[in-house]
Amino acid sequence: MKKNQTVKFRNKPRIVGSYSIVGPKEGKGNFASYFNYVMKDDSFGEDSYEKAEKKMFEHAIVGAIEDAHLQPDDVNLLLAGDLLNQIISSSYAARNFNYAYLGLFGACSTMAESLAVGASLIDGGLFDTIVCATGSHFSTAERQFRFPLELGNQRPPTSQWTVTGAGSCVLSNNGFGPRITMATFGKVIDWGINDVNDMGAAMAPAAMDTMLAHFRDTKTTPDDYDLIVTGDLGKLGSEILIDLMEDNGIKLGLNYNDCGQMYYTRNQNMLSGGSGCGCSATVLNSYIIDKLRKGELKRVLFMPTGALMSTTATQQGESIPGICHAVVIECDEENVDKYYKKVSTSTAYKTTKGNRKKGE
Amino acid sequence: MDEKKRSEAYNRYVKAKIPKTKAWPSLFNSFLVGGIICCIGQGVNDLIMLWFPSMAEQTAWAYTLIVLIFIASFLTGIGVYDKIGKFAGGGSIVPITGFSNSITSPALEFKHEGIIYGIFVKMFTIAGPVIVTGVVASFVVGIVYLFI
Repeated sequence: MKKNQTVKFRNKPRIVGSYSIVGPKEGKGNFASYFNYVMKDDSFGEDSYEKAEKKMFEHAIVGAIEDAHLQPDDVNLLLAGDLLNQIISSSYAARNFNYAYLGLFGACSTMAESLAVGASLIDGGLFDTIVCATGSHFSTAERQFRFPLELGNQRPPTSQWTVTGAGSCVLSNNGFGPRITMATFGKVIDWGINDVNDMGAAMAPAAMDTMLAHFRDTKTTPDDYDLIVTGDLGKLGSEILIDLMEDNGIKLGLNYNDCGQMYYTRNQNMLSGGSGCGCSATVLNSYIIDKLRKGELKRVLFMPTGALMSTTATQQGESIPGICHAVVIECDEENVDKYYKKVSTSTAYKTTKGNRKKGE
Repeated sequence: MDEKKRSEAYNRYVKAKIPKTKAWPSLFNSFLVGGIICCIGQGVNDLIMLWFPSMAEQTAWAYTLIVLIFIASFLTGIGVYDKIGKFAGGGSIVPITGFSNSITSPALEFKHEGIIYGIFVKMFTIAGPVIVTGVVASFVVGIVYLFI
């Protein structure tokens, strides 16, 4: 008998607070009006981009805790990860918080990984309140994985633009908010793609594998979801995923889309779209959670993908392995009104959000 | 074996799916920009010859190169050269200005890691292989030349 990859949560942990912060380019993209905070310049007042990324993390974590109307001491555990070597952004940000900390690395799939792990820990009754955070920065990723910023080279049409942004959310077993009902933990899948400029094609098989496992384990079909969203497959990768799923007899319809593909406007000319941890994290913590809270989306399958590559391994001729974790987030339909009443009567919520948007 | 076959089939499928770069516009852009850079070089050379008539032609070439390298480094520093490169592709990489850009850009990028461990160490990450290839190739050609 095949082992299940999917866990169903009995207590259905809630996402009680969320926060997203992005760079100026992302602030002009398609989700612009949903973000909590748009930075004026991508160095964020720091003297290096690594420090800027760390500061974004701290902002996102504090913002999510405020959004959940919690005190900083209410949090038990911090789950975070990013793209840099030794996940420095999240670990260095974590030293400023007095929480237990677990560093995660799932490349660009880290948001779903942290949600799945966090929800499991809460569902098991081990923790009450967990903060999940992840993010990425274009300039730090570019310098670690590709070329210096000022080098005058051209990008191939399959290449993607790492999103500058961080997203964070607070999981808890009480309060109000969308609930995490299921999570599918993915396998590492490698179909032999070597091209570092073509991450979408390297990750699409992993997305397919997790998606098939999810539908098989939960006995659901794509029609059961209002939105099926992958992280950063980009234009090419999501087309490949649609083809691969069709080969397996599952047709993805209009309810399927990809965060990276949707991220930037056509005029921004970002080739294949956005990528990076920040891509799926900021979309989830702005647009998707907003719609889930309002009840405009009822059931979302959130499944960001990650390319687990390193420059060293690629240079030694290794192909790029991919991974994908899936999380099902459902709107809490009984409490949509209640949640809204709570938000609209809470002045604290309005002021913190309003002030921060203007730029502190 | 089965996995290898699947990988090959998948790679073939992806290769067919990848959007192709449009060759003609790219060629035209790089021809245009590369040509302009060469014209600027020729202009600088002519001016030097005009202003310093006693200078040997070889020396004037060296000064021309220095001027071009300076201009490219300066444009890299103020963040213009990468925009030219995005438009021109090979047109701005092949001339000596591209070489200058490939040294200046990592030097700028790694300045936060300190002067020695940052700038000095990383400066030649992109240009280094080009220099090594050039030196090795000239060595081989020199040996061949010695015997014919």
